[in-house]
Amino acid sequence: MAPPAQSQRSQSPSQPSGKSEVSDLKLQLRQLAGSRAPGVDDSKRELFKKVISYMTIGIDVSSLFGEMVMCSATSDIVLKKMCYLYVGNYAKVNPDLALLTINFLQRDCHDQDPMIRGLALRSLCSLRVANLVEYLVGPLGSGLKDSNSYVRMVAVIGVLKLYHISASTCVDADFPSTLKHLMLNDSDTQVVANCLSALQEIWSAEASTSEEASREREALISKLVIYYLLNRIKEFSEWAQCLVLELVTKYVPSESSEIFDIMNLLEDRLQHANGAVVLATVKVFLQLTLSMTDVHQQVYERIKAPLLTLVSSGSPEQSYAVLSHLHLLVMRAPYVFSSDYKHFYCQYNEPSYVKRLKLEMLTAVANESNTYEIVTELCEYAANVDIPIARESIRAVGKIALQQYDVNAIVDRLLQFLEMEKDYVTAEALVLVKDLLRKYPQWSHDCIAVVGNISSKNVQEPKAKAALIWMLGEYSQDMQDAPYILESLVENWDEEHSAEVRLHLLTAVMKCFFKRPPETQSALGAALAAGVADFHQDVHDRALFYYRILRYNVSVAERVVNPPKQAVSVFADTQSSEIKDRIFDEFNSLSVLYQKPSYMFTDKEHRGPLEFADEIGNLSIGEATDNVVSSQRVEENDKDLLLTTAEKEETRAGHSQQASFGIDDLLGLGMPAVPNVPSPPQLKLNTKAALDPSTFQQKWRQLPIALSQELLLSPQAVAALTAPQALLRHMQSHSIHCIASGGQSPNFKFFFFAQKYEESSNYLVECIINTSSGKAQVKIKAEDQSTSQAFSTLFESALSKFGTP
Amino acid sequence: MISQFFVLSQRGDNIVFRDYRSEVAKGSAEIFFRKVKFWKEDGQEEAPPVFNVDGVNYFHVKVVGLLFVATTRVNVSPSLVLELLQRIARVIKDYLGVLNEDSLRKNFVLVYELLDEVIDFGYVQTTSTEVLKSYVFNEPIVIDAARLQPLGPAAIFMQGTKRMPGTAVTKSVVANEPGGRKREEIFVDIIEKISVTFSSSGYILTSEVDGTIQMKSYLSGNPEIRLALNEDLSIGRGGGSIYDYRSSSGSGAVILDDCNFHESVRLDSFDMDRTLALVPPDGEFPVMNYRMTQEFKPPFRINCLIEEAGQLKAEVIIKVRAEFPSNITANTVVVQMPVPKYTARASFELEPGAVGQRTDFKESNKKLEWGLKKIVGGSEHTLRAKLTFSQESHANITKEAGPVSMTFTIPMYNVSRLQVKYLQIAKKSSSYNPYRWVRYVTQANSYVARI
Repeated sequence: MAPPAQSQRSQSPSQPSGKSEVSDLKLQLRQLAGSRAPGVDDSKRELFKKVISYMTIGIDVSSLFGEMVMCSATSDIVLKKMCYLYVGNYAKVNPDLALLTINFLQRDCHDQDPMIRGLALRSLCSLRVANLVEYLVGPLGSGLKDSNSYVRMVAVIGVLKLYHISASTCVDADFPSTLKHLMLNDSDTQVVANCLSALQEIWSAEASTSEEASREREALISKLVIYYLLNRIKEFSEWAQCLVLELVTKYVPSESSEIFDIMNLLEDRLQHANGAVVLATVKVFLQLTLSMTDVHQQVYERIKAPLLTLVSSGSPEQSYAVLSHLHLLVMRAPYVFSSDYKHFYCQYNEPSYVKRLKLEMLTAVANESNTYEIVTELCEYAANVDIPIARESIRAVGKIALQQYDVNAIVDRLLQFLEMEKDYVTAEALVLVKDLLRKYPQWSHDCIAVVGNISSKNVQEPKAKAALIWMLGEYSQDMQDAPYILESLVENWDEEHSAEVRLHLLTAVMKCFFKRPPETQSALGAALAAGVADFHQDVHDRALFYYRILRYNVSVAERVVNPPKQAVSVFADTQSSEIKDRIFDEFNSLSVLYQKPSYMFTDKEHRGPLEFADEIGNLSIGEATDNVVSSQRVEENDKDLLLTTAEKEETRAGHSQQASFGIDDLLGLGMPAVPNVPSPPQLKLNTKAALDPSTFQQKWRQLPIALSQELLLSPQAVAALTAPQALLRHMQSHSIHCIASGGQSPNFKFFFFAQKYEESSNYLVECIINTSSGKAQVKIKAEDQSTSQAFSTLFESALSKFGTP
Repeated sequence: MISQFFVLSQRGDNIVFRDYRSEVAKGSAEIFFRKVKFWKEDGQEEAPPVFNVDGVNYFHVKVVGLLFVATTRVNVSPSLVLELLQRIARVIKDYLGVLNEDSLRKNFVLVYELLDEVIDFGYVQTTSTEVLKSYVFNEPIVIDAARLQPLGPAAIFMQGTKRMPGTAVTKSVVANEPGGRKREEIFVDIIEKISVTFSSSGYILTSEVDGTIQMKSYLSGNPEIRLALNEDLSIGRGGGSIYDYRSSSGSGAVILDDCNFHESVRLDSFDMDRTLALVPPDGEFPVMNYRMTQEFKPPFRINCLIEEAGQLKAEVIIKVRAEFPSNITANTVVVQMPVPKYTARASFELEPGAVGQRTDFKESNKKLEWGLKKIVGGSEHTLRAKLTFSQESHANITKEAGPVSMTFTIPMYNVSRLQVKYLQIAKKSSSYNPYRWVRYVTQANSYVARI
């Protein structure tokens, strides 16, 4: 519970540290234990309070365990509760003593008062002592059957606690199926909700080892269960509603009328004052309508107002959580929110974490019609007293400039920033002007005139200085003083602490030299000399390289250092679209706040229930280095940083088929894209098929199992399968690609996919191989069901060839 | 699903600490506090309400200077946890009457009782003050509310207004009145927070009202209540930008952009006659939250002028005009204005005969502060300040100063014109006539004039 005793921690009068107090308490408790004097309960209460308060501030009072238990023979419920709290805390470290408490807890489980029964049962299950589990089964069993809903509520969670102490005891007692029965029949909705929570946890944990559990887990999102819960949705507490709604997002309706029924039913949940309920509902709406473009758009329009209301009605913390989700939506559909931009204006008293998000949103919604007003507003913030926000605002203006076609007005504003004569404003603006010039070289004339007036002495920040130096080099022919400014910078070489700046200085002097050789020659000499003597390896290397290439041939040097440039049309996006989609799939979770998919910040064992997606995600990440698909992707991303759009288009052309296919599927929700194609005589597979993990997961979730079979592996195959990689390469040669793999001998698990040749129809395979039994469990899902048999044959033959030379 | 819940004082002491699942290591409270305290070295930025350290997610909300924290390793819904933390704070306040460090420390055993019932093994069981009543046996130790700073929006009624029983809002839901009888009363507060930004030329750039109808009921026997709002109230503006002022002005109707309701509210006849029906649960809760961007008359006009007056000197004139009826008085008004960084001194000149006003130059963050205890409707007040600079300014001085911001509270006034027309308590006996308090208040959220 509380942090370990921190006796050295700063002391406030109410927080004693000492051992003497504890032994004092021990003595007093002992005196009271046997006493039956009137008023003894009051004195006990006082003592218990002290014990609990020590426990809270982190003093170890576990040595009082015996005395506390002795004193607990009481009918005073307040005392009982304090005692339960204490026992729950320390039983784990005192398993032997915990046995002492079993007796009175078990007795209390049969008390007349349901309150006491519930409390005792809860405490009993909270002991977390493995060798006491045998005492839990009986009371839990009767607790689940108790006539009082409070006791049942406690018992259901008790089952979950038992599962965490000893899974086998819990399963052997057949508690999960009892919970399932309760979930579908109990009259109390909190009991139902607790059953759902418990079953999600238990079956998710069991699913990895048991087929049945995995089926049960799937059954939770069956029509039967979902409709049963949805029909009672308003009886549930607001928190339980969130639980149910989250479950509904995983349900795949079979026809569109179902989708509308569900949405109509949940419509009024969007007016709930609890933001968690609203967001959970929004997620249901968004997920259900993914395949219906028009309706999906209407959903955006519908959820806008409730979300904006939540932003302004809650505490700043709640606004932050909702705003993060709005941010995600704004990034996906900027046009939907473009007329609401004023909602994203910052208020002066908002915390900076809120302001930051709002600035990002303003950048995202800026379009031709509102840019002028947004930029005007952002310029106000640039003069703000809150300097970090002022900086962000300037960056936001820059980002808007880079994404707009008509940047006329914005360039003017940026140049005004340079004239504001505030150091940080100048610094940020310089960086921006540099980026702007890389994209719009045509503005160089206006910009250079202003930049030329900035004294390099007023620019201290490395990034800004580097930007200024870059411009001096790049536009030295237009800036009268460029060689001389550079020269003075070179003279102060030793005072320049940032290696980045020194690197830029070297390059700028070189560029200047090519354009205005006589004026720059001496500066160049000095720069190269200083650079070669530089202690920083990169600076040293670059100087030496320049020196040698100049000696070799000046015109070659010019071609290398200052080649004609193409304007950058699109700056690289920092996040890949798969990551973004993945985050969208995890709407209403921390992923949205962190702007990272959950596998990046959660351990495997703490992934949420029913998160099938994570299972694969984890595997594929673990194997990323061996995964052909993902390494290709990295390469592609790297290229994106440098290529212009035209070039990108070309490289993308090769992938366009699968890209458009990805979208098809997103909208098709697993329904076959081309229904009822007569099965081709022979199945040919696309050798260059590609599929990203998130699409895979989505499909895997949605498609039914077409074929499930057990194959026998040849002894050679078993011998060859020492590590998953061997099989991956083999299957790939048969155009069956691996998306994720894992496991160790003798158990391996693979997820494969293949694509039909010249058709965007996928086959997904889960293959579990046990090398000791030589058997492979294969499950095949196909988008085009009619060809699944043909594919299965192909897969089987490919697998059978594994290990043969 | 959360793993731990704890409340830390401003100094970082544990006031209560409950571990529900023992999945997070024990030192979490300290890790959390260190992280929050030293979020950025320059101390300029607050830690966001949610962050992750070594796989543990920390959630926190600040309530009356205390940190309410939850931890988990699971990827949960952040709004659920943050909402829950707020709700726990509210439930505790319902029980203790007053929520602050002192009352928490005195009543921590009761708080543990609550926490045990609110959350079991990390799953929320109930946050209903009423349901919890049957599980909680400790009596709250009431602390002296009189010497406390008033808390929360409703607390403003305690000051100045003699008609209000001041202790009501700080009364525990379980505590009995001296004499053992409970006083039958119900409070309905219409609280509006307004945000207005004026451009340098005095135009309204943005304006918004965020309102709440807050209820706190001490009625016995849970009678049903009907709240009637303006009949011409309409919700949602069809199509177009909601900032299209022309479309709405002059019609006189109250048009809300959007609203949401507490789950106890039934809207059966809301579409017909704008009445809300509910059986109010115990404790304080928002019946309805609403948002309005319809044009309204801002209660204050602010004029600000800053001019250089010779070398190293400048003069600031701030004028505030109250544009509401003279039978209404705004209180606790504070006007603030950042001045250039290189301002060394400021001297103030108030209008002759000014009472209850104070002025201050905050050296540390270079701000002028002007406090007015009261502003009567229709009146105008002026502040002149002479600034002395420590260095010469090159840039445009108006870019270095401002904007002027203002905070205030105006009791018995609301800008949206949303009204509770009547408050009906369904109870048979004709002699039953509980106290009904319907109160309005307008507060500044962000009230800013650019210069």
